[in-house]
Amino acid sequence: MKYLANVTTLEFDPEKCTGCGRCVEVCPHAVFEMRERKARITDRDLCMECGACANNCESGAIRVDSGVGCAAAIINSMLYGGEPSCDCTGSDSSGTCC
Amino acid sequence: MGLVLRFGRPVDPALLDPARRPHWVIGVAESAIGDIPRISTEWTSADRIGEIRSRVSAYRMKYSVPPGIYAVGEPDADSDVLVSANYKLSFDKLRKSLAGMNVWVLVLDTKGINVWCAAGKGTFGTDELVDRIQRTRLDQVVRHRRLIVPQLCAPGVNARAVRERSGFRVYFGPVHASDIPEYMAAKYRATKQMRTVRFSMLDRMVLTPMEINPAMKQYYPWYALAVLLIFGLQPSGILFRDALEGGLPFLAMGVVAVMAGAFLTPVLLPFVPFRSFALKGWIVGFISVYLAVHYFRWVEINDVILLAMTYIFFPLMASYIALQFTGSTTYTGMSGVKKELRYGLPVYITGAAVSIILCIIYKLGEWGAV
Repeated sequence: MKYLANVTTLEFDPEKCTGCGRCVEVCPHAVFEMRERKARITDRDLCMECGACANNCESGAIRVDSGVGCAAAIINSMLYGGEPSCDCTGSDSSGTCC
Repeated sequence: MGLVLRFGRPVDPALLDPARRPHWVIGVAESAIGDIPRISTEWTSADRIGEIRSRVSAYRMKYSVPPGIYAVGEPDADSDVLVSANYKLSFDKLRKSLAGMNVWVLVLDTKGINVWCAAGKGTFGTDELVDRIQRTRLDQVVRHRRLIVPQLCAPGVNARAVRERSGFRVYFGPVHASDIPEYMAAKYRATKQMRTVRFSMLDRMVLTPMEINPAMKQYYPWYALAVLLIFGLQPSGILFRDALEGGLPFLAMGVVAVMAGAFLTPVLLPFVPFRSFALKGWIVGFISVYLAVHYFRWVEINDVILLAMTYIFFPLMASYIALQFTGSTTYTGMSGVKKELRYGLPVYITGAAVSIILCIIYKLGEWGAV
């Protein structure tokens, strides 16, 4: 399953890549693969912006605006300000959160 | 740090006391820092009931285990250390997959939230991991310096930082705990299959109770109240009989829209055209409305204005509810959801406004004012 095309904020700079392979290891959607001792993006549209790759990239070659892909969280942040987060634990005790 | 090392107790005495320990602690294991609670790798009926309750209700918000170090089997100073979240279901899935092994389990304080979501929030993160290693004196429990963490904690755990700050080398294990025996047998190598998150029909189905439940409990009562008010309102006051007679079809349509958005769309996800959840939900909603009104004739709506309102309002309601499912999927990103809302919210607001206007026109006609 793929989500919307051409929306991900994922950026990869092959020049900076040292080929450590961490991104391939941590990505849950196989967005990266190793080719000739460097990482390579397979399909950007598979990216869900979880931020695992950028967090673990040792050479700063990956950048992504990570955040929760959750409509409720984003609507809450529009209404009450702040970054979208899945903190539905406040006054709303529904426990609908991930 | 020094403070914790000197005065902190690495193991909660309640977990070692047979009279006070939880049912999943079955004994103690010895270590260089003293007794450590040994946990069962089997589920009891209490664990199974706990899973069901946490999947259908807010019970999940308080379904947690105490953070700290635990033993599985007869581990020693060379045994592997597996790291988990303290959401009890995450912890239960892990211990269930460790049958027959001799390992340590390090449970982080993720505020009772599962691995992936806690990693996104940062509670399953580098700081908590490093802190928990120190508090539990893990460096004394084991001689080696290896940690196996769940792959999905990677948004919060920076392997290099953990190594620099604690000396422990982080190995990203498989996504699913059930793959751990195979991963260990393969000398800590995960296959691509083990590294990839899927989203099967069963995976989606088990999530739907927590889509339907809040929609029906939080929003539906207000919706029902509004419907009864609209249909009950007469020049002579609010008439109960009119409210029920006129409102019933719309109360039923509300349930149809909730089921279309919160159950049918998630379950049929890959089979509904378009990638956008708003569009998927609208399509399923529109078809559901058509089936309910014209095919199965569950509800009878004869007035043309109300019929128009039905086809405008309910598919949009289903669409909005389906969009909420983005919070539960394994593959929707923030930029995509923001895009959907940018286009969707104006449509939802316009649709709701048009529906209200159609209701007013209908009421005026009913009262003979037009």
